[in-house]
Amino acid sequence: MPVLPEIKEAAVKSKTKKAAFGSDLDLQQFRRQAQDWSYDEQYTSFEEMEKQQLLRAGIELTDTDHAGTFLQADRSIMHCKTSQPGLEILPIREALQKYNGLPDYYWRLVPVDADKYTAAAELELDNGYFIRALPGARITQPVEACLYIRTEGLAQHVHNIVVAEPGSHLHIITGCTTHPGVTSGLHLGISEFYVKKGAHLTFTMVHNWAENVHVRPRSAIIVEEGGVYLSNYIVLKPVKSVQMYPSVRLVGEGAVARLNSVVVAHPGSELDLGGKVVLEAPYSRAEVIARTVTTGGTAIARGHLIGKVPNIKAHLECRGLILAKQGIMYAVPELTGEVAGVEMSHEAAVGRIAQEEIEYLMARGLTEEEAASTIVRGFLNVEIEGLPQALKDDIERTIQETEKGL
Amino acid sequence: MFQIEDLWVSIDDKPVLKGINLHIKKGETHTLFGKNGSGKTTLLMTIMGFSRYQVRQGRITFLGYDITHMPTYERAKLGVGLAFQRPPTIRGVKTKDILRVCAGGKMPVEALAFEYGFEGFLDREINLGFSGGEIKKSELLQLVAQDPKLVLLDEPESGVDLESLQLVGQIIRRVLQKDLRRVDRQKAGLIITHTGYILNYLNADMGHVMADGQIACQGHPMDILEHVKKSGYEECVRCLCFQK
Ligand SMILES: Nc1ncnc2c1ncn2[C@@H]1O[C@H](COP(=O)(O)OP(=O)(O)OP(=O)(O)O)[C@@H](O)[C@H]1O
Ligand SMILES: [Mg+2]
Repeated sequence: MPVLPEIKEAAVKSKTKKAAFGSDLDLQQFRRQAQDWSYDEQYTSFEEMEKQQLLRAGIELTDTDHAGTFLQADRSIMHCKTSQPGLEILPIREALQKYNGLPDYYWRLVPVDADKYTAAAELELDNGYFIRALPGARITQPVEACLYIRTEGLAQHVHNIVVAEPGSHLHIITGCTTHPGVTSGLHLGISEFYVKKGAHLTFTMVHNWAENVHVRPRSAIIVEEGGVYLSNYIVLKPVKSVQMYPSVRLVGEGAVARLNSVVVAHPGSELDLGGKVVLEAPYSRAEVIARTVTTGGTAIARGHLIGKVPNIKAHLECRGLILAKQGIMYAVPELTGEVAGVEMSHEAAVGRIAQEEIEYLMARGLTEEEAASTIVRGFLNVEIEGLPQALKDDIERTIQETEKGL
Repeated sequence: MFQIEDLWVSIDDKPVLKGINLHIKKGETHTLFGKNGSGKTTLLMTIMGFSRYQVRQGRITFLGYDITHMPTYERAKLGVGLAFQRPPTIRGVKTKDILRVCAGGKMPVEALAFEYGFEGFLDREINLGFSGGEIKKSELLQLVAQDPKLVLLDEPESGVDLESLQLVGQIIRRVLQKDLRRVDRQKAGLIITHTGYILNYLNADMGHVMADGQIACQGHPMDILEHVKKSGYEECVRCLCFQK
């Protein structure tokens, strides 16, 4: 692949560099060999159990009602298809060939030498997706992208690039999950998003991993003039550890970023989730809202807003509910205003359900348990357009299970 | 129908209500006046059974049941309903969700909201960013849906503009079955009011003045209101002590 030599060099130098946050993982502990899964045009090679599992990550395994689909199992591309003009989807390895190393996009936002995970993703890349909406293209149906670990103990290395060309509209639902028989593994995912002038990108990511899986996404986003980037992140199932800190730059006038996350930290899970938005252009706006529940795990919600020019507006909100004796919630909201004329605020609240709220609902006829579960349900309420019904049902089930711990 | 006998209540171990006696018959509406901080809200919250209001002495009975220590939701099921002075905001819980809880399947809440021009609030998170008047309207519609037998209203008209006041009056008349003859009504009401504006829309049978956790004066609500407007609460209470 025609990747610049300095990129490789920087990666080699960072092979053992520890990440700023999250527990340090020994990459040697994970296997790098997996069977080659063959391309599956009709989605016939999945057992019923697997299909159910994929559904829980929002993956429907159908080309209808989707503008495009992409499925990578372990290291192999099993499905990749576009069904709407104006939309391009390629495995990243193919895109690198076709576009001569994607010099404008590849490792342009995420530094390859950030840590050993970025380095490993470069030095031992499996694959990933390249998704592009052409200028002015209105991609109405969502694109379904799936990153799937099908082999026990595997480290999956992925690099994704998404480009929303000027004036385009695009919604991607990425479901990340493991085979029902897989209990451990590692997912390294580099993602670089380019939202160009006047474009509109919604990126919904659903994590549905297994109890001993570690996850280290490394994402960065750039939004140009009048562009909009909306991100939804949902993780409601047990996972060993997730550490991520996507970073967004709003570089054009009136650019908008909205980052939403809904998170449940189960016993044994360690979730270190953050997000940074740098507002570099006038009239840009950002909103970061994290809603986190712990039923016994550790959840860290970081957020940092940086206002570099006047006339920007940004708000950061971390809300945490502790529903178990042992759960730990750690909220770290940060604001940096570098000039006058920035309007930035944050709100952080961590605790148990307010008695006053429970009693308000009890006065309307709910028992204490019903009142508490109504409040948890409201807290975790996920309303995202285009989510498959099966996923919504599963979210509902998960909420019910979460309530049982009350 | 509803009776309070020698009720003493503390909040965080501080005595707030000091020997309240009150009796409301079926079909009657009573009003509760009194200075800020005199204990009016405390009385209503205690009747509803909220945990921070600790009953130290006395008894509350409703429909023949001793409800003094009954859990809040059982009181609600029995037919006690309260429109809050300052209800909490619950993030993510929509107004229509709460209305549905109140209605318990007995009434289509969308139609109810439409009837009172409240449909735009159904999908909003309950009380989040509601104006003062909107909160009052939302509280009252919850009561309409709940259809309680004992209707407790904590300052239902404060913060309501003059035009909406009429609507608020109408809704209260509805929950209290004011258009039925008193003997046919199944409801009793206790309304806290400072201004008495609400009395332009419905008749009340009896007024009580609260002072320092006690009911210091009873009489016709209009008389009390007039007296308080003219000479203030101190004078009102003093006059009554004198009468006693
Ligand atoms: N949660 C609380 N903690 C401490 N003191 C309280 C609490 N709630 C009420 N009080 C005190 O109890 C007294 C009675 O309060 P209450 O709210 O019943 O007054 P009110 O008559 O309804 O007044 P207003 O007309 O201002 O609504 C006040 O002195 C108030 O400060
Ligand atoms: Mg009060």
